[in-house]
Amino acid sequence: MRIVMENIHKAFGANKVLQGVDFTLEPGETHALMGENGAGKSTLMNILTGLFPQNQGKITIDGKETAFTNAKEAEEAGLAFIRQELNIWPQMTVLENLFIGREKRNALGVLKEKEMKKQAEAIFKRMNISIPLNKEAGECSVGEQQMIEIAKALMLDAEVIIMDEPTSALTDREIEMLFQIMKELTSGGVSLVYISHRMEEIFEICDRITVMRDGVSVATSYIKETSFDEIVKQMVGRELEDRYPERNPTYGETIMEVNGLTKEDVFADISFSIRKGEILGISGLMGAGRTEIMRSIFGIDSFDQGEIKIDGKAISIKTPASAAKQGLAFITEDRKEEGLVLDFSIRENIGLTNLESFSPNGVVKGNDEKQFVKMMIERLKVKTESQETQAVNLSGGNQQKVVIAKWVGTAPKVLIMDEPTRGIDVGAKREIYHLMNELTDRGIAIIMVSSDLPEVLGMSDRILVIHEGKISGELARKEATQEKIMTFATGGN
Amino acid sequence: MKTSKLTTIWSKLVPLLALFGLIVVVTILNPSFIDPANIMNLLRQISINGLIAFGMTFVILTGGIDLSVGSILALTSALSAGMMVAGVDPILAIVIGTLLGAVFGALNGVLIAKGKMAPFIVTLATMTIYRGLTLVYTGGKPITGLGDSYAFQLFGKGYFLGIPVPAVTMILAFIVLAFMLHKMAFGRKTYALGGNEKAALVSGIKVDRVKIMIYSISGMMAGLAGMILTSRLNSAQPTAGQAYEMDAIAAVVIGGTSLAGGKGRIAGTFIGVLIIGILNNAMNLLGISSFYQQVVKGVVILIAVLLDRKRS
Repeated sequence: MRIVMENIHKAFGANKVLQGVDFTLEPGETHALMGENGAGKSTLMNILTGLFPQNQGKITIDGKETAFTNAKEAEEAGLAFIRQELNIWPQMTVLENLFIGREKRNALGVLKEKEMKKQAEAIFKRMNISIPLNKEAGECSVGEQQMIEIAKALMLDAEVIIMDEPTSALTDREIEMLFQIMKELTSGGVSLVYISHRMEEIFEICDRITVMRDGVSVATSYIKETSFDEIVKQMVGRELEDRYPERNPTYGETIMEVNGLTKEDVFADISFSIRKGEILGISGLMGAGRTEIMRSIFGIDSFDQGEIKIDGKAISIKTPASAAKQGLAFITEDRKEEGLVLDFSIRENIGLTNLESFSPNGVVKGNDEKQFVKMMIERLKVKTESQETQAVNLSGGNQQKVVIAKWVGTAPKVLIMDEPTRGIDVGAKREIYHLMNELTDRGIAIIMVSSDLPEVLGMSDRILVIHEGKISGELARKEATQEKIMTFATGGN
Repeated sequence: MKTSKLTTIWSKLVPLLALFGLIVVVTILNPSFIDPANIMNLLRQISINGLIAFGMTFVILTGGIDLSVGSILALTSALSAGMMVAGVDPILAIVIGTLLGAVFGALNGVLIAKGKMAPFIVTLATMTIYRGLTLVYTGGKPITGLGDSYAFQLFGKGYFLGIPVPAVTMILAFIVLAFMLHKMAFGRKTYALGGNEKAALVSGIKVDRVKIMIYSISGMMAGLAGMILTSRLNSAQPTAGQAYEMDAIAAVVIGGTSLAGGKGRIAGTFIGVLIIGILNNAMNLLGISSFYQQVVKGVVILIAVLLDRKRS
């Protein structure tokens, strides 16, 4: 299938999201779509798959002008869109998920289980994967759930599959498997649109790349003929300095110590310490227990054994409220689920962690709050017209800045950041890295959990690697390499 | 941005416009509706539902529900009447009765927050428990002979500057609760809890404590309403307050508060209380059978929720 989108314009009210985008997709190619958050990638793909129409411009498929009026039409024409939030019913089995809404049944309405099983097995075989069909989908890993989505697309004879950030929650092994399947699909003539922020992956798997910026397609190039720097330049529209700002840390005394922290079946004997002004990177594979350790330290979840010391004193943390009181702050990995109240304004969200200081006698001092929020917005360079903008209307990068502002404002001693830059654009990432340096310069200690290895290497002063709930290695900044981290992360030494 | 601002203004105006429309229509149908005497009568009639609905607003804003308010009203009414019969000072009995309402509400809150049970189930259970306790305590018979304390009589039947005292109580409660909800940290936490409980917890808010507080407020308002009813009837009725939770929930919903939590205003609830009160009052004035009144009330609730859906 050959798709040509020409000069696509789209506005939502006064908000011009797309202002002239050209995009072509050749049969059997893997085409990366890249751009900062808010550049218009998702809108473009939503127009292609019929979620809403363009205001201007035309779409031709195999030479014929096309305009799908709804998602179902696009699906029937062979276009599948696998979104970042997967469409999985966790309580239903893999097989039920595969056939949801298109169950095969006989004249009486009784399901033809055998036939469905056969078809599912055939698809899994084509993809060269094996997931038990009677397993509950909720029990499957995110990687497997993604495979289920791809299988669903293939069962509809999809000729074009659009994947939005497919690897953001996958382990390296699962990513490898996904790439294998992608290669098999393209060799069979299926075209793939690959939306991602991960440059390394794009250079590994894609044939061409289209970069979008501010609703315009900046350039389309063959991967072989372009470079990392070139793409970044196209994306941000300017030369980017080094990806990670230089760190010149000066350390103070030990601020936090964790001794023998254990939670049965989750993590065991976790001991480490961190000094003022230090960034401690926590690396490891998805599911190794990194996030769980941090959640227990911050009092969201409980732990069975061990102690946490701040300033040399053992403290008891039972709830996030008590953790915050002790000078801890926690930026969760899921900003929409746990970081923000989406219906709240920026002001109300930032105010939430600081309520006590604005309301010494229970009454919120509105002016104090506004002043404070104004300062935080400027400090974190949150792009917004007003502090009354609802969090739900912000781009991912700006949402993340609001979450960070919430906690930076509490002047914590130890700031725990879980995947601080996941799913946000290069520009915002850099601003966050600068902020981390600024915070450590003022003596704050940062624990950074990250699945992004270059980020761990680029920002950490020291790196702990977690493997199956235990610390499997510790590396100083100078000696750390991707290979060494991966060796520890996979249980080698 | 502009459109969203318009829609928020619109969503605040719809209940208000409905209220004015209703007043105009009713006045045309029967001009005696706007007689000051009838208006004062109306205000007294709505005060009990008003108090309960204000408390319910906090509960529903957090995405919860409190079905036990009618039973709390009956139980506090019986207990305070019992105290008065036993010779306790009536004013003291009123204060204790109101506080007992808060205690019964707090028990709901503890079960919900610490027991991690669904508010619907917990308050369904305590609704029966509190009602059962009322029946046990009263032996199923009204408690009478509460004496003729002037202050006690005033609480349910008196006037202050020409306004019925129950209405004054309701308006004072409204002012205090609206201040708590919109000007105090506690109110912000209430909205945060309803908007995203996980985020509220992770932000260091003592979620359990806020929940217990909220159900205490609901129980306390029910208790206060119970005191007014006791004074008005000059007795405690074991079956008092049955299905009062439904009128309270209806008022909150008509006022535009989302049952999913996080969105809504207590001023809207006041309008909802007025709409329900006027409907009842007007249909009585117009001589419409109380059987039809129930049908109309149900239809109004449906329309309110439908309009709410359209807006969001």
